[in-house]
Amino acid sequence: MNVDITKYNDSSQNLPSVRRTPDSFGVGRGAFQSSSALAFPGEVHHTPGGGVLVSKLDDVINWARSNSLWPLVFGTSCCAIEMMSTAGAKYDWSRFGFEVARATPRQADVIIIAGTIVNKMAPVLKRLYDQMADPKYVIAMGACATSGGPFFYNTYSVVKGADHVIPVDVYIAGCPPRPEALLHSLITLQEKIKSGMTREQIKTAKPEQRF
Amino acid sequence: MTSEELKIKLTAFFQTATFGESGEWLNMNIAAANLPATTNILRHDPVLNFDYLFCQTCVDFKTHLTMVYHLTSTGHRLPLVLKVQLDRNNPEIETVSQTWKTAEFHEREIYEMFGVNFLNHPDLRLLILPDGWEGRNPMRKDFEDPINMIKL
Repeated sequence: MNVDITKYNDSSQNLPSVRRTPDSFGVGRGAFQSSSALAFPGEVHHTPGGGVLVSKLDDVINWARSNSLWPLVFGTSCCAIEMMSTAGAKYDWSRFGFEVARATPRQADVIIIAGTIVNKMAPVLKRLYDQMADPKYVIAMGACATSGGPFFYNTYSVVKGADHVIPVDVYIAGCPPRPEALLHSLITLQEKIKSGMTREQIKTAKPEQRF
Repeated sequence: MTSEELKIKLTAFFQTATFGESGEWLNMNIAAANLPATTNILRHDPVLNFDYLFCQTCVDFKTHLTMVYHLTSTGHRLPLVLKVQLDRNNPEIETVSQTWKTAEFHEREIYEMFGVNFLNHPDLRLLILPDGWEGRNPMRKDFEDPINMIKL
């Protein structure tokens, strides 16, 4: 939710219902323009004894979750090189709360499928996903993880999209995607989490309700 | 030793072999039956001294299979490509894993991908393909997999 805290300084007014508009999130027009990644979902009321914060617990939980996503160290081909580059100093995904890459699924929140999933790897991916603690999120990075990509035709060994194995939250196009695209997908995932909507709710939501 | 001297020396050793220089490196074609004797000389002759098998693979030409051995020496650094034509219906050839240990894994991969049967190989079983894979060789040109393959 994109709430301008300064707007609610006047505590005498009724608490306004915050309407989510397509513009309040950066999807489709450059996530970096969005201030939602930083906005705290609540209202500050200044009182003589100090400030009072009013918010919804669900919103606070989603806000907390979205700003500390620990990715699993999982890369199966060249997309992993771009993922490492995104983690490195130049693109630095720690700016958005992703720096704590974990080598075990028990401590990871998000799995970035960076690369081709072959039939032999599919059960391993499924097991890693099953071992992750809820809530868990999945990003399909690049053409291979999205659809099999260059290995869609005339191959006996490649899974035609990682979503045949585990559910995917965000897909990125590219072969491989640039680090900026990965950053965009990570921020998109944050906004999806902050919206608090399930996959089904997103599907049935009206355009103005979508994140 | 230069590559010309190498070719002269190889011609002297292997009279039945044919040579080609279509590619970047010197090619030597031999018959499958001559492989053990040839590799033995290539490896153990003090001048030839081909002590490094840096690539071993197979090519499916639809009419026949061709085994390809890329050799070089840490001494003279001259590469040699050894080619052996095989019968596609019954591909059989002697292993070179006793001469170059690295061939053990290469031959396991060629065995599963092309179905070449390596005689006297110490451990000829599938390398990468999953257990229970039945006899079909994915790198053959006529390989079909109706379940997994989507034809263009």
